[in-house]
Amino acid sequence: MKERLEAIKAEAFSKIEEAGTLDKLNEIRVSILGKKGALTEVLKGMKNVAPEERPKVGQLVNDARNAIEGALEDMKKNLAAKARELKLKQEVIDVTLPAKKNCVGHRHPNTIALEEVERIFVGMGYEVVEGPEIEYDYYNFEALNIPANHPAKDEQDTFYINDKILLRTQTSPVQVRVMEQGRLPIRVIAPGRVFRSDEVDATHSPSFHQIEGLVIDKGITFADLKGTLAQFARELFGEETKVKFRPHHFPFTEPSAEVDVTCFKCGGKGCRMCKGSGWIEILGCGMVHPKVLEMSGIDPKVYSGFAFGVGLERIALLKYEIDDMRLLYENDDRFLKQF
Amino acid sequence: MNTPLSWIKAYVPDLDCTDQEYTDAMTLSGTKVEGFEALDADLEQIVIGQIEKIERHPDADKLVVCQVNIGTKTIQIVTGADNVFEGAKVPVVLDGGRVAGGHDGSKTPGGIKIKKGKLRGVESDGMMCSIEEMGSNTDLYPEAPENGIYIFGNDAEVGADAIEALGLRDMVFEYEITSNRVDCFSVIGIAREAAATFRKEFKPPVVTATGNAEDVNDIVKVEIKDTDLCSRYCARLVKNVKIGPSPKWMQRRLAACGIRPINNLVDITNYVMEEYGQPMHAYDMATLAGNQIVVRRAVKGETFETLDGQERQLDENILMIWDGEKPVGIAGIMGGQNSKITDDVKDMLFEAACFDGTNIRLSAKRLGLRTDASGKFEKGLDPNNALEAINRACQLIEELGAGEVVGGVVDVYPVKKEGRRIPFDPEWINRLLGTEIAAEEMLSYFKPLELGYDAKTNEVLVPSWRQDLERDADIAEEVARFYGYDKIPTTLPHGEATAGKLSFKLRIEQTARDIAEFCGFSQGMNYSFESPRVYDKLLLDADDPMRQAIEISNPLGKDFSIMRTTSLNGMLTSLATNYNRRNKNVKLYELGNIYLPKALPLTELPDERMQFTLGFYGDGDFYTMKGVIEEFLDRVGLKDAPEYDPNAGRNYLHPGRQANIYYHKTLIGYLGEVHPQVLDNYEIGETAYIAVLDMPYIVEHATFDRKYEGIAKFPAVTRDLSMVMKKDLLAGEVEAIIRKKAGKLLESCHLFDVYEGSQIQEGYKSMAYSVVFRAKDRTLEDKEVNEVMEKVLSALSDIGVELRG
Repeated sequence: MKERLEAIKAEAFSKIEEAGTLDKLNEIRVSILGKKGALTEVLKGMKNVAPEERPKVGQLVNDARNAIEGALEDMKKNLAAKARELKLKQEVIDVTLPAKKNCVGHRHPNTIALEEVERIFVGMGYEVVEGPEIEYDYYNFEALNIPANHPAKDEQDTFYINDKILLRTQTSPVQVRVMEQGRLPIRVIAPGRVFRSDEVDATHSPSFHQIEGLVIDKGITFADLKGTLAQFARELFGEETKVKFRPHHFPFTEPSAEVDVTCFKCGGKGCRMCKGSGWIEILGCGMVHPKVLEMSGIDPKVYSGFAFGVGLERIALLKYEIDDMRLLYENDDRFLKQF
Repeated sequence: MNTPLSWIKAYVPDLDCTDQEYTDAMTLSGTKVEGFEALDADLEQIVIGQIEKIERHPDADKLVVCQVNIGTKTIQIVTGADNVFEGAKVPVVLDGGRVAGGHDGSKTPGGIKIKKGKLRGVESDGMMCSIEEMGSNTDLYPEAPENGIYIFGNDAEVGADAIEALGLRDMVFEYEITSNRVDCFSVIGIAREAAATFRKEFKPPVVTATGNAEDVNDIVKVEIKDTDLCSRYCARLVKNVKIGPSPKWMQRRLAACGIRPINNLVDITNYVMEEYGQPMHAYDMATLAGNQIVVRRAVKGETFETLDGQERQLDENILMIWDGEKPVGIAGIMGGQNSKITDDVKDMLFEAACFDGTNIRLSAKRLGLRTDASGKFEKGLDPNNALEAINRACQLIEELGAGEVVGGVVDVYPVKKEGRRIPFDPEWINRLLGTEIAAEEMLSYFKPLELGYDAKTNEVLVPSWRQDLERDADIAEEVARFYGYDKIPTTLPHGEATAGKLSFKLRIEQTARDIAEFCGFSQGMNYSFESPRVYDKLLLDADDPMRQAIEISNPLGKDFSIMRTTSLNGMLTSLATNYNRRNKNVKLYELGNIYLPKALPLTELPDERMQFTLGFYGDGDFYTMKGVIEEFLDRVGLKDAPEYDPNAGRNYLHPGRQANIYYHKTLIGYLGEVHPQVLDNYEIGETAYIAVLDMPYIVEHATFDRKYEGIAKFPAVTRDLSMVMKKDLLAGEVEAIIRKKAGKLLESCHLFDVYEGSQIQEGYKSMAYSVVFRAKDRTLEDKEVNEVMEKVLSALSDIGVELRG
């Protein structure tokens, strides 16, 4: 009996080893473990075994069965793994074939620059507000300390609708509208479209965008203005950026300044972009003129503040090295897709 | 403003710095230097030589061989110039030297190197040069010949530096002067700033007493009738005028400023205008009737011939200078032909006056006549400067021997302009600047600027030329400028924290951009103004409300003359640009305002409405566009199904492929295929689709609030409906009935097939919907669903929809 079992096992192992396919393996299982299988036959012969021998023989048969089943299972796994491996090999693709893209559209470079500026100032606690593009003369000029007959009001620069209403020439009127609401302190930026009567060329456009900034509170200083714009410049143009404040004149700020930043292309060494100077002018700013505060009902003895104005196109042109302003308003797909 | 450094140094003699140091320091103290140019750039080794002998060239008819004494030796130079003569003193470029350019006046970057060599076989050791080769021209050097070698005067020293002798060893600085600093549009003003910046002594020209024993007041009478437009009028008389060239030193200074020397009289007035910033005018005394000057407005409708020979149309707001009978000049702008100085002038009347800046600016503009003088006056000059300037001019007349100055000055100055007094509050200044500057230090900045200080009243005394200094903040700027903007500390504002945020409207616009871009559209930008002709291009009816546009009173041209009332033209123009450039599959969007007047002409601000405009040609169709709109509405929380009305009545769209979009019965926009005629008008050769959403309503109703509604736990029941109906019945109508009748149990209703063709009767179509029912709280039974379906089918059958067999 024992010899018979050993023989069955040996034959089973050798057949399993040679099976090669899952089907063959199944045939082997049936031929040994099936109803008419070799081992089943042995089991059937148990009735001829002496009763006291039966547990022992039964144990032997079970061991043989387990050993064969184990071998079958191992081989099955083995074959399945081989089959998968083969399949994977057959499924190799050329990963350098073109991608299937969703063709996502592109944001306008002006908007990308604007969102960058907004992100910086929102992070510093500024609210982003807007004002009308067609504006009263009062807000665009008079309330900003630019009285009637001031040369800046000259028709050459301003598009008028009539003598009271015009296309705003700057975003500064939004300052006045915010101050008039009387809620202090104020920390806002006001981006928007402005208009000047300039013929279209590579560096001029009759319609462009500015971003105005205004901070009013008790104890705001020129030093705060310097610190704020230095931080802005570093975030926009990089940690290494330095700023230079030069005295300038704007009717609605006093003292006033123009701000240069170290050229972000050459780092200040001098290149074509900065015309060799190492510096690039980016904005105008100053302490809000006491007259402007007074006109908007804010007491300059108690409150002070600063304001600044940045040309959005200027930043976009510089940052993305766009050499012609007209490109911004042509909407050529090949241009837009580069942003 | 262009000024040679030598002129500034004449008044700040101790100034000693490099050109770059000067540029940086002046810019940081507020007198911005735009750039500087060396007049001797690219000029090297050029000396004054004297031609000793001229011989013909043995092998060339047009060349001569000159022996030229250059002080240390005599060299041989071959030249083709025909204006040289023996004894002439000329500029000679030595071997290895450089000139700035060619005789034609064209400059060569880096200059042209001169080497000795042979010309047609004859040695030439250098080159004699023209004024053009020296980098200048005959306008600025009127004594130079038109074509030929520059010839020095007899007093020139042989062997000396020719560059120096021509006044070219100088640096010309270009300044950007801000409009508030009228005083700095003069050499004296800039010199004063330079002295203060470098803490050096300022030594302005010393004007000495001039004139003979006579008194001009006995000869000439001046009267100002319109004192509102003329605050001061000074006049002096010069007899026995001798017109001739001005001295070289004066010509050189004017040339360096870019002013062409003319003759001594003109040069003196130009010189004083540069130096003092005060324009002057000269009249031929013989032409002035009654030896009289009257300042008063013109008579409306009259004409006047200015000294350039042009007839000018006058009006009653133009200020004129009259003699006893007639106008003789347009005040502050240009003199008259009838009183101008000619070569045979005998006696001349000098005028230095102060006119109202605004009036001059507006008059010059109306006349279309902007002159150097009007450009100065329009800034608003200091009347106290006029007397000093006229006396300086007379001093120069005497020094140059250009005539006999009559004693005294006629000075009509009804109300003397006094300087302001501004309270000095160093503590407030420090608070504003964020500095701790001692009061004494602040006062030390004021002194070189000639700002006084009254210790008794604690006030800053502002001289009249500093019209820009009006109050405390202006004084703070003076302190900041000379303390140094760069030395002011760098801090961040402290105090109450504020929340940084975008307005809700801006957040919705950001979402619009995101969705458009996800859907493949790129952002464009268009101008706000356009041509009124676009309405015809868009086939608008004559009475279409879109034609009610706001007009710009002074547009750049007809094409930019009205504020747009629709964003269509911008989008179509952009698509056309792309089509024309052969770009394929172009999808664009724009977020921009249109401007709808409440009434015309405008009396109040118009309604500025943000439009979300989409347009494309290439891949996609009407339903592509519709999909973008629904994605957007869904994203901003407008979750109910929008309704589409095909009877939109929009001429610019295909009549059978357009729809108004309604949300909760409110018109929020439209979409459609662009009408082929409009495509033709814009020269777009492909079918294009357009959609416009009016953002104000959307912003008002949008929300970013979301609530989780749970995921269905119970199974759904799906019924497919295949129906036959008349062809013109809209899917929207069928769907509306299904939604209405199916009620609460309806989960979704989805069209999966539309068919027209041989299987279906002519004029009919088949549509198949998959209708899904589900209850939140239980498994639906067939019976329930059947009941609902019956209601749906019965309502559908009422509008002629039959189930397909």
